[in-house]
This record gives sequence, C-alpha cells and structure tokens, in this order.
Amino acid sequence: MFRYANRMGTRVLRMLQMAGQIVFLFLDIMRCLFRYPIRMKLLVQQLDFIGGKSLPVVIITGSFIGAVFAAQTEFQFRSLGLASGVGPVVAIAMCRELGPVLCALMIAGRVGSAMAAELATMKITEQIDALRSLAVYPTEYLIVPRFLAMLISMPLLVGLAILCGIGAGYYVAVHALDVPGVYYWHNTVLYTHDKDIWIGLVKGFFFGVIILLVGCNKGLESSQGAEGVGLATTEAVVDSFIIVLIANFFFTFLLNALL
Amino acid sequence: MTDAASSQPLLRLVGVEKKLGRQKILRGVDLQIDKGERMIIIGRSGGGKSVLLKHIIGLMRPDAGQVWFRDIDLAKLSDEQLAPLRKETGMLFQNGALFDSLSVGENVAFPLRERGQKDEKMIRDEVARAMKIVDLPGQESKWPSELSGGMRKRVALARAAIAKPALMLYDEPTAGLDPVVADSINKLMVRLGEELQMTSVIVTHDMVSAREVGDRIAFLNEGRIYCVERPDVVLASTDPIVHKFVNGISDPTDVTF
Repeated sequence: MFRYANRMGTRVLRMLQMAGQIVFLFLDIMRCLFRYPIRMKLLVQQLDFIGGKSLPVVIITGSFIGAVFAAQTEFQFRSLGLASGVGPVVAIAMCRELGPVLCALMIAGRVGSAMAAELATMKITEQIDALRSLAVYPTEYLIVPRFLAMLISMPLLVGLAILCGIGAGYYVAVHALDVPGVYYWHNTVLYTHDKDIWIGLVKGFFFGVIILLVGCNKGLESSQGAEGVGLATTEAVVDSFIIVLIANFFFTFLLNALL
Repeated sequence: MTDAASSQPLLRLVGVEKKLGRQKILRGVDLQIDKGERMIIIGRSGGGKSVLLKHIIGLMRPDAGQVWFRDIDLAKLSDEQLAPLRKETGMLFQNGALFDSLSVGENVAFPLRERGQKDEKMIRDEVARAMKIVDLPGQESKWPSELSGGMRKRVALARAAIAKPALMLYDEPTAGLDPVVADSINKLMVRLGEELQMTSVIVTHDMVSAREVGDRIAFLNEGRIYCVERPDVVLASTDPIVHKFVNGISDPTDVTF
C-alpha cells in the first residue's frame, strides 16, 4: 500500500516537473524569437522535414478516414432515407475532430518522435554541449526553427487532411454508393460553416505546439545512453498523444463558445 | 611558473565542488592556470576530469566555489552571458561531438560563420587550411558518419581551433588513436600553444602525451587536486599514489572479482 502510494507520488511529481520544464521551454522560445534573428536556412530545412515530408502520410490518413467515415455514415443513413445528409456529417466531422486529431497523431508519430530522438542523440553525443561551447544558445539554434516550422506547417497539414477527407468521402459516397452527387455537395456546402473550418485549423495550430514542446522536452531532458534515446522517443509519442486527446476535449468546448 | 608575478593567471578555480546525482565528484578543486601554459590534468577514469573541464568552459556550474576566467566568475553567469567568453575558448570533446547534420567542411566552418564571417571564399580557404593542418586535406565534403574515430577527433580539433581561441580545452585528445596519429595530435597541441600563444588544458590518461605536451601536470585524486608539478617531477615521483598512477600499477584488490 505504501509502495503504491509512493509510486503514484513519484509519477505525479514527474508530471509536474515535466509541465514546469515545458513552460520554461516555451518562455525560452518566446524570448529567443525576439532576441535573435531567425535562421532562415534551418527554418526551410525544418519546413521541409515537418511539412513537406509529412504530406504523403497526411494525405493518406485524411483520405481514408474521410472515405471510411462516409461509407459507415451512408450505411446507417440509407435506411433513414438521409443518404444526401452524409456530406455535411463527413465534412463537419473532418473539420472539427477527425482532421485535426488524426493529423496531430500522425505528426506526433512522425515528427515528434524524430525530434525527441534527434535531440536526445545530440545530447548524449555531447553535440549540444559542443554548440554551447561554440557560443551558440541551443534553444535558439535547435528549437526555434522547429517551433516556427511546426506553427506554419500544422494548420496547412490539417487543412489538407480535411480537404482530402471531404474529397474522398464525396468520391466513395457518390461513385461507390450511388448517393446523388448534386444533393450531396449542395448539403455539404449548406451545412458546413466557416466556423467549422476555423475550429479545425486552430486546433491543429495548438496541437502542433503541444507536439513540438513535448518532443523537444523529452529529447532535451533525456537520460544518458541508447536506452535514454529510446525512452525519450517513446515517451514523446505517447505523452503527446495523450495530451492532444485530452486537450482536444477542452478545445472543443472552448472553441465552440469562442468562435 | 611561480616566479612570473607579472603573468596574472588566466584561469583560477577556487574550492570547486560538484555533485552528480548522489555522488560527489569534485570535493573542492583549487587550480591556477597561467597564460600560455599547457596544463595537463590526469586522474582515474570517472574521477571527474571531464566534469572539471566542463566547469572551466561554463558547461557545468559548480555547487560551491568559483571559476575565475581573467577577472570574471563563470559560476555566476547564465548560458547566454557566457557566450562572448566562449568565443575566446575552444573545446575538443572526447568523441569529437561533430554535428551530424552538417558536412565535415560545414562543421569546421561553423565557428567562423557564427562569428559573422560572410566572405565565402575566405571561409573556404580557412577551412581548407585547417583541414590540412589536421592532416585531412580535401575531406570537407564528407559526412561525420563516414569518418573513423581518429578522423572525427581531428576534424573536431580543426573546428575548435579554427577561430584561434585564447584558451583551448582538450578532453582526452589521444584516447583511442593509434600511436602515430596520437603523436601528430600531441605535436599539434604544442604547435598551437606556441604559435598562437594559446593556453591549453588537456585532460588525458596518456602519460606519453602528458610528458611531451605538458608544462605542468595536475593530478586529480578523490575529487581534489593532489599535486601540481612539472612532468619530469611527476613521472619521477616517489609518492605512492602518484607513482602508482603514473606507472599504471593496480592494487591486487582491484583485479579480483
């Protein structure tokens, strides 16, 4: 019983510690943004890595989720005679939930883990110390370009996932399941509002920040050795998944009220 | 070294203490390093030599004590306040610590670019010259992962020395190298010291290197500086602890399981 309480306590403390580290990391990034000029070359590199190279996974994820969601909805709605109502259901679901959340999960798996692994490796091979010894502040050189690239990429990727999902949903419903295309599209446009799209993009933006901060924190605070790198990578993915999913719940209410 | 009252020490460590985890690594290190001197630090593996070196460049902060560089206490400065001082220092890391994401040439050019050098031709010439000095001419376009351990170390040396710092720190510069390459590094350290009046602090296990390169040897034992003497004095020492270390004699208890 005591041991159990002890372990729980350790876990809570570690969580609080991580939250603190992340807040300081964020403040440090903000300070560096204003104090130092932006390194364009590194920013472009990171844009390519975070944005460009994520295009295929995001397109595939968005398309297939849209397609399968349209199919499932159609199976249920058909018996109610609401087949052309599939359009707006798919569109709104993609915009508000599926697009941003699934996109965030893919980016956490692809980019967050890579960031944690790279930074942890740099730490254990003393490359971060080497940067400092060469009078370069690591947050400014390593984190700021990643941060900016994430802020720029994430809403665009979410937008792309939403588009692909709606497109694939249309294709499946109209061409495979014989829903009348004109009604489908008319209803989609009629019932999808700017607000729905904004909610998706804003969520994507904040999920990007979460993934970045968690990934960088895990990398920078990793313990020594190959095991430390592995652990940092796994924790980066798992923790950002969980934080994204929980944050998503609150964002849903907050953004619905605000926008 | 003690007769020169005019030569104010470049570096002065006073009562430096450091705990890592639960282990007390440094228990009050006092050490003075004069300008232009090549100071060797020897001591057992895991005895805190690298930790001591990291305190000298401000990569680690002491729990207690002061690290004076000229008349500035490094222990009181933040990472960013240290940046201007670090432009005067260079450090060779144990395994090189080359940046994986940059080519060899870009690694060596890094300090020049960070100091605001924009002239590409000049950077290229300087890098080529530095690569020649470390005996790796024309290898600029390779990647760090394509190099052997010894080559990485030499590239790292080129990177650390290219901006001609006033103080160079070497963390085991010859460990894991074949005797010929080790000798070339020893000669290079002496040359850099003499030609550019660099002050050097060299952490090593290599007694050959210590004798050839060092002006003085500091022996770090049990977290304190046990003695600081000229190399010939240390090597001929009859003090049991120093004698045992210098000649590599282990206690019988050290080798039983």
